Amino acid sequence: MRCHRCDNPGAINMRQHKLSLCTEHFPEWFLEQTQRAIKKYRMFGHSERILVAVSGGKDSLALWDVLLRLGYHADGVYIDLGIDRGLGYSALSKDKAAAFAAQYPAARLIIVDIPQLYGESIIQVAQRRRRPQRPCSICGLIKRHEMNRVALEGGYDVLATGHNLDDEAATLFGNVLHWQVDYLRHQFPVLPADGQGLARKVKPFCRFYERETAAYTLIRGIDYIEDECPYAAGATSLAHKGTLNRMEHDSPGAKMHFYTNFLKAKETGLFATEETAPELRPCSQCGQPTTAPNLCNFCRLWEEK
Amino acid sequence: MHIVYRDKEWFVDQELTVNQMLKHLKLLPESVLVVRNGQLIAEDQKVHPGDEVKIVSVISGG
Repeated sequence: MRCHRCDNPGAINMRQHKLSLCTEHFPEWFLEQTQRAIKKYRMFGHSERILVAVSGGKDSLALWDVLLRLGYHADGVYIDLGIDRGLGYSALSKDKAAAFAAQYPAARLIIVDIPQLYGESIIQVAQRRRRPQRPCSICGLIKRHEMNRVALEGGYDVLATGHNLDDEAATLFGNVLHWQVDYLRHQFPVLPADGQGLARKVKPFCRFYERETAAYTLIRGIDYIEDECPYAAGATSLAHKGTLNRMEHDSPGAKMHFYTNFLKAKETGLFATEETAPELRPCSQCGQPTTAPNLCNFCRLWEEK
Repeated sequence: MHIVYRDKEWFVDQELTVNQMLKHLKLLPESVLVVRNGQLIAEDQKVHPGDEVKIVSVISGG
């Protein structure tokens, strides 16, 4: 297959778009498509300050790179969770994020060191709470809280994450399997700021297959951490991704239609938000919104020490 | 050719298309990318004896 924009051999064939592109034209297309998604879902403008949640992985580093190349004011935040497991996982992923940031002098990388700030790594928290094998829910809780805190304290207009279509389709698949209507209601590429302490959250890569974000980082020569978090093995979302990829193999575009038709259906009113949203109040310790009567789940993690 | 995928490696003395190679290894083209001698290539292209081939998993998350 030849590139659709020139006569060079295609470096990536996207069967769902019937589109093959070479190493020169794929990054160009990738930037155009990101800009289209930002505009389509009214994520942010060039005058706004963006905080990119950076993990050292392919998606987040690609997102930071693309936003900077598109001329946005984008800083990064890396949450150091203190994951080691004999591999130095957090240390290595932090190095990747820092090495990337060093190439863009105008961009700032904010590093939040959880063990230093709160006295324990997430693994130690999980052990204390008797969940040593599955720290993932604690990890998610800590990351969400800290990214939101940094965004608000730093005066950022929006928090951007590198979630791709495979991430979103796997989440959607899991939520549909269990008919988690509340989660389906809240799944969208933009979650507006609530005015009570939750920053606006956006997913500019939500229409890219995971393969495309990986191709972008490879072609751009971005050095990212290829290894998975050592605690991710056996995660349900990875199993859902495998199932969806087998469907995609037999029926190109299956993943894309599953997710984008869900978004279209939402825009026409499916799973419209109920009038009675849960009442939020500020956490008595950190001030972030919570449905709990006193401390939020994050602050309760450390209270029990 | 020398093929590397995660912590596995193979040595193959045969010309193959990327699709044929992935089929032999029981890998879905949807879940990987193939880099031949440092260059990303599509599934219809060929890998030859003497090539250095890296298969990159694209699935992440947890």
